[in-house]
Amino acid sequence: MIEIKHIKKSFSDKTVLQDISCNMESGKVNLIIGSSGSGKTVLMKCIVGLMNVDAGEIKYEGIDFVNMEEKDRKELRTQIGMLFQGSALFDSMTVEQNVMFPLDMFTRMNFSEKKKRINAVLDEVNLKDSNNKFPAALSGGMKKRVALARAIVLNPKYLFCDEPNSGLDPQTSLVIDKLIMQITKEYNITTIINTHDMNTVMESGDHIVYLHQGKKQWEGTNKEIIYNQDTYLNDFIFASEFLQSAKQMKIQYANAKTNTP
Amino acid sequence: MTRTSTFECSMIKFLEHFGSYLYMLKGMFTRPENLRVYWKEFIHQCYDIGIGSIGIVFIISLFLGAVTTVQTAYQLISPLVQKYVIAQIIRDSTLLELSPTVVCIVLAGVVGSKIASELGNMRVSEQIDALEIMGINTKTYLIAPKIVAALLVIPCLISISMFLSIAGGYFAGTFTGILSEQQFSQGLLKDFTTFNLTFGLIKAFTFAFIITSISAYFGYNVRGGALEIGRASTTSVVISCILILFADYGLAALLL
Ligand SMILES: Nc1ncnc2c1ncn2[C@@H]1O[C@H](COP(=O)(O)OP(=O)(O)OP(=O)(O)O)[C@@H](O)[C@H]1O
Ligand SMILES: [Mg+2]
Repeated sequence: MIEIKHIKKSFSDKTVLQDISCNMESGKVNLIIGSSGSGKTVLMKCIVGLMNVDAGEIKYEGIDFVNMEEKDRKELRTQIGMLFQGSALFDSMTVEQNVMFPLDMFTRMNFSEKKKRINAVLDEVNLKDSNNKFPAALSGGMKKRVALARAIVLNPKYLFCDEPNSGLDPQTSLVIDKLIMQITKEYNITTIINTHDMNTVMESGDHIVYLHQGKKQWEGTNKEIIYNQDTYLNDFIFASEFLQSAKQMKIQYANAKTNTP
Repeated sequence: MTRTSTFECSMIKFLEHFGSYLYMLKGMFTRPENLRVYWKEFIHQCYDIGIGSIGIVFIISLFLGAVTTVQTAYQLISPLVQKYVIAQIIRDSTLLELSPTVVCIVLAGVVGSKIASELGNMRVSEQIDALEIMGINTKTYLIAPKIVAALLVIPCLISISMFLSIAGGYFAGTFTGILSEQQFSQGLLKDFTTFNLTFGLIKAFTFAFIITSISAYFGYNVRGGALEIGRASTTSVVISCILILFADYGLAALLL
């Protein structure tokens, strides 16, 4: 579990995060949602320590992370897998080498074991026959999937994904969501995902934090989000008329079910 | 702004850079996470630096020697000066200055700009952050192998360059009839002090360290986008060239 308490972050004179608190529990898919520029990426980078917070506490399993010694941070980070918004693949390495890199660095597996593991994760992210391509030769969505494969190859205890399914078609996007949800439950890991994607929110949002202009505007589950009364959140999440009517239908359906004995 | 405050500003900026440069070097000294991966990276860098610049070193060195021969002959018109002196001059200026300094200045352009832009690109595209998140000390992993590789490979390149420059002088001298083969070899051996060779190699070590650490510093600390990568690469070449010349003078004043 990751506890976040009263985090503040600003750049020169611009305040990006104002007093954010929430608990990211293990075994749950925790979503951070919010419009573009609301501070999702900054929040995620603060949680993993790529950016320093101005104030507030971050605790991994109750252990203070903000003032942690560099050595212990490194130790903790070997249990973190992260997918960056821009993929951040090593562009001097092939797909296979990219995914193999964490295995090379942190395990004592032999080559065939590594190869087996790589093929298994690449298969899980629905990516075959691209092992020897360089990142420059991949599409945006393929890069995302390679980056996800690299993030999960070591079976991390904490998984951070910055928009894992932006740039993916709806079908592949669902496959990725399912995969993330499955490994979260199976290995009881703490997963935090930044997303705009409505499917993800509805399908896998065990715990949702909605950021609005750097503040936590709403927090709840995907069950609760349908009934929420927050205007900002409603405008954000049920933006189109189609989604608005889908929401109404879902509520009516739920009401009808409770009314019939 | 008054003159002094501008000076003070640039002084402060310089000290800031110098401080974080030292801090970066200090950050390099941590235990590698996995020696095999670091070794692979080291070999890769040796190959990159060595093979990547051998061609230009080859051409430059040959011509440096050849041109020095022709121009020295042009300047030494007195009949009192023996012909073999030309070979002596080529030998000593090659070992002391031409090979280490001139070639390293070129390497600052070739190797330095490559390191700066490679690291800058990794920084901008968050690859360095991705390494950090895996729990890897990026200063150790990305910078140390480059510096160590350069400390090994650049002195080798300079030794090759010394040989080639003298060979260039030999060909230019004998083919154009400036001096005979005997005169050339007589000049090469006469009053040879091995310290000149040692001194040239000490220079090569120093310059190798300057080139790689400076360009790594500017590349590693890029902030922003593609434009800044270009700027970092230019800055690193300019600063390493200046520092090479300073160090060149410093070493000469200190050791000769
Ligand atoms: N390094 C930085 N320096 C200054 N300002 C920054 C920096 N990084 C982010 N910001 C600012 O912080 C705000 C939030 O940015 P952030 O990247 O977190 O948005 P986001 O919610 O991830 O948006 P998107 O969904 O488009 O990725 C933006 O206004 C951005 O300008
Ligand atoms: Mg973002």
